[in-house]
Amino acid sequence: MSPLAQSHGAQFTRILSLGAARGDLVVSNDDIAGPIDSSDEWIRQRTGIIERRRSSDAEHAIDLAVRASTEALDKAGITPDQIDAVIVATISNAVQTPSLAALLADRVGATPAAAYDISAACAGYTYGIAQADALIRSGTAHYVLVVGAEKLSDFVKPTDRSISFLLGDGAGAAIVGPSDSIGIGPTLWGSDGSKWDAVGMDRPLKEAFDDPEGGFPTLRQDGQTVFRWAVWEMAKVAKEALEKSGVSPEELTAFVPHQANMRIIDEFAKQLGLPESVLIARDIETTGNTSAASIPLAMHRLLEEHPEASGGLALQIGFGAGLVYGAQVVTLP
Amino acid sequence: MAHTTEEVLAGLAELINEETGISADQVALEKSFTDDLDIDSISMMTIVVNAEEKFDVKIPDDEVKNLTTVGEAVEFITKAQA
Repeated sequence: MSPLAQSHGAQFTRILSLGAARGDLVVSNDDIAGPIDSSDEWIRQRTGIIERRRSSDAEHAIDLAVRASTEALDKAGITPDQIDAVIVATISNAVQTPSLAALLADRVGATPAAAYDISAACAGYTYGIAQADALIRSGTAHYVLVVGAEKLSDFVKPTDRSISFLLGDGAGAAIVGPSDSIGIGPTLWGSDGSKWDAVGMDRPLKEAFDDPEGGFPTLRQDGQTVFRWAVWEMAKVAKEALEKSGVSPEELTAFVPHQANMRIIDEFAKQLGLPESVLIARDIETTGNTSAASIPLAMHRLLEEHPEASGGLALQIGFGAGLVYGAQVVTLP
Repeated sequence: MAHTTEEVLAGLAELINEETGISADQVALEKSFTDDLDIDSISMMTIVVNAEEKFDVKIPDDEVKNLTTVGEAVEFITKAQA
């Protein structure tokens, strides 16, 4: 018999708490409509966004991540040294390496927790929750800090009409830990790299370095392709996630999709045929699309507005550049 | 069963009405989706997906960009059924 020991963890996991931080500036539609030859009405009608939160020059993604994480740690009632792993989902870390997660672990006092970033765009937070759940159940970690943190305003082009005007800055944090009952259902995740070009950066970094006149890389998308995929393909994923979890739409308390665009959220909810009793997160209206941060931010707000939802079941689904997606049913903290 | 041009036009007008509220009699072959009917890109895609289901055809994303008028959409759907 091998002398090798294998770790074993908690049988069940759940999200213990959430924390949220939004950019320190409120940016109205009028503030950004000029360069895209648009108007407040045009932006509202196409996106449902009234205003978005963005960070000033002095505020960085790490600052947002620290604020959100500190709140989540306080609410979970655990100390930072109890965190065994810090996972940050982001596409806006200002450097290729090192990770935002290592800096965050240090800033919140979670050192020497394992720390790494995930590049799964708007699905990144759901990937992080899937990993935290697996790490805890395998005994690799006891408590995991999962954060979606973005300062997307560093990657917008004021004249871009495809995606820039949707984007906001923020961070959402979750503490995942052991639980007496199932708090995180099976994750349904995947990718479709055949649509690699549908949304992402408009040019590689090296190209921008060699040809600085073309400008710093910024985000762009093929809105129609993304819209079709985000609604009709993701509706199939969401239904499958519900089936795998053994949960019917009627048993849901809330639906928390990635806050990509209000039109996507509305059509998505329609395709799922959710009963009216299900709360639908619509944080995008005043926060904008914050990519990996959008699900925890939206869930945090939903719980602030509906504290009675705590303990209920929520279907969360992230989808974005890759294309990649992840969905799971979780118990609201 | 294949639909005639008239049937496709009537069916498309119905889908446009459902999505945008535009009266079906406003939907004519020469009308431009964006310039005349003021249909935005997201509504256009919703109409496309619903048309795929209604007429049992595939309208690829790349093709949607070429369908600027109602007539072009009707022609594409009619041919795609064949």
